[in-house]
Amino acid sequence: MKGRKIFGGKTQGEILATKDDISFFGGCDPETGIIVEKGHQLEGQSISSKVLVFPTGKGSTVGSYVLYALSKAGKAPLAIINKSTDPIVAVGCIISEIPAVDQIDIDQLKTGQKVKIDADNGVISIL
Amino acid sequence: MGLDLTAEEKEMLDGKHGKATMKAMEIITTLGEIYGAERLIPISSVQIAGVSYHNLGEAGLEYLSEIAVDGRVRVLTTLNPAGMDLEEWKKHGISEDFAENQQRVVDAFARMGVVTTCTCTPYLIGNLPHFGEHIAWAESSAVCFSNSVIGARTNREGGPSALASALTGRTAEYGFHLDENRVAKVKYDVQVKLRNTDDFGLLGQVIGERTRKAIPYITGIPHATSEALKSFCASVATYGGVALFHMENITPNRTSIPEEIEIVTQADLDQARKTLDDENAVIDFISIGCPHASIDEIAKIAGMLDGKQVTEGKTVWITTAKPTKDLAKMMGYYDKIEQSGAFLVSDACCAVAPLKGRFKGLMTDSAKACFYARGKNDFRTEIRSIQECIQEATS
Repeated sequence: MKGRKIFGGKTQGEILATKDDISFFGGCDPETGIIVEKGHQLEGQSISSKVLVFPTGKGSTVGSYVLYALSKAGKAPLAIINKSTDPIVAVGCIISEIPAVDQIDIDQLKTGQKVKIDADNGVISIL
Repeated sequence: MGLDLTAEEKEMLDGKHGKATMKAMEIITTLGEIYGAERLIPISSVQIAGVSYHNLGEAGLEYLSEIAVDGRVRVLTTLNPAGMDLEEWKKHGISEDFAENQQRVVDAFARMGVVTTCTCTPYLIGNLPHFGEHIAWAESSAVCFSNSVIGARTNREGGPSALASALTGRTAEYGFHLDENRVAKVKYDVQVKLRNTDDFGLLGQVIGERTRKAIPYITGIPHATSEALKSFCASVATYGGVALFHMENITPNRTSIPEEIEIVTQADLDQARKTLDDENAVIDFISIGCPHASIDEIAKIAGMLDGKQVTEGKTVWITTAKPTKDLAKMMGYYDKIEQSGAFLVSDACCAVAPLKGRFKGLMTDSAKACFYARGKNDFRTEIRSIQECIQEATS
């Protein structure tokens, strides 16, 4: 699958996918990487060391700093794949150096799948 | 990539101007690519949000400290409110721990060369762009004021992207920087007599909720003070995400007039007031100054409080910018306010200070303050005019 680079890097890992948008500020614990937003499809699950797949970001711009906090705590996702990356997530990925790709048909990606990501070229391969 | 960069911009991206500038340029160019900009443009003024330690937390502080190592702002840059009055925090019941961390945030910005006046009304204290000027501001109410009332041009920046613009002196040319995105989409005919700042806040709520992001063209308002417009901006941005509006014979931008017309009636305003007035609210906190109070508002409040006492069990915060507080001291307003038992609080506001659990019910003239009091602090709210707020405080 071919998308657009938001922030470069190469990695591979297991997908954690959701149909819900994510607000990192208030919606994700910055120390553990657990989604805490009430009623969110991923509530109670950790995004740490996963290839996190979600449509787009929402909420406060302070959310960028939450991605940075996760990265500092070693709890950041391995990579982020979006339908359409919003500025909060884009800035968060840049400052935290998390590989990120958007303009992907995310319905094709399911939780548990193993994927290889070449964010520099916007390429995602299902293994 | 579609962005056409100048030699200096390429140097920044290649790290020749230091690590912080490089990171900042990565942010600016990535946003430019996401939004399909063709080039970057110079900006002359920045307003940064994300200053309260309450919102930033340790991670945000760590990021700012890292940037402050070699990052220096290239243009006039001011800050949004902090979580406390940077000098008089102790008497407002802020903890030592919080104060220490909040000061570390402000110090990090100071190392970057930011003017560390913490206010949501930078245009009242010397960060005042002119008509047509390209700027990069965060703080939704100030964005709306600068785009609409002043006629400057900015997108709704977030804390990190505004900081990135400060460090590079650039923003990507998209959104509200371009003429074609500043055209009114829906006309709102206001058939209501608006008297005070709370009425303008309620109007902002009505129009914001209806129009969402569609740029409004507002008619039927014969006169509005800067304070009324400041209240309207805060509200229309909070309830609708509006970054730009046109108000006939009041705001300076030119636009074609939309054909689609919506009417705003007294019943609409009454309904908005009803949604912000909680039944059985027990008012123990009165706050005026969201957005930060102007010197004229403070003068009037000082007059209302002169010789009166705030009722026991009630706390009053009049929030403003530090330079405005200094002016109020010079004019004797500060003493009149503080002698009544009310506080003239600078740098902070009731939306970003750590106040959860301290009060039950807020009375304010600000529709925006009601939104955050309910959402973040679990307070019940009542919206009234400034005069009624002061009456409540002293009755």
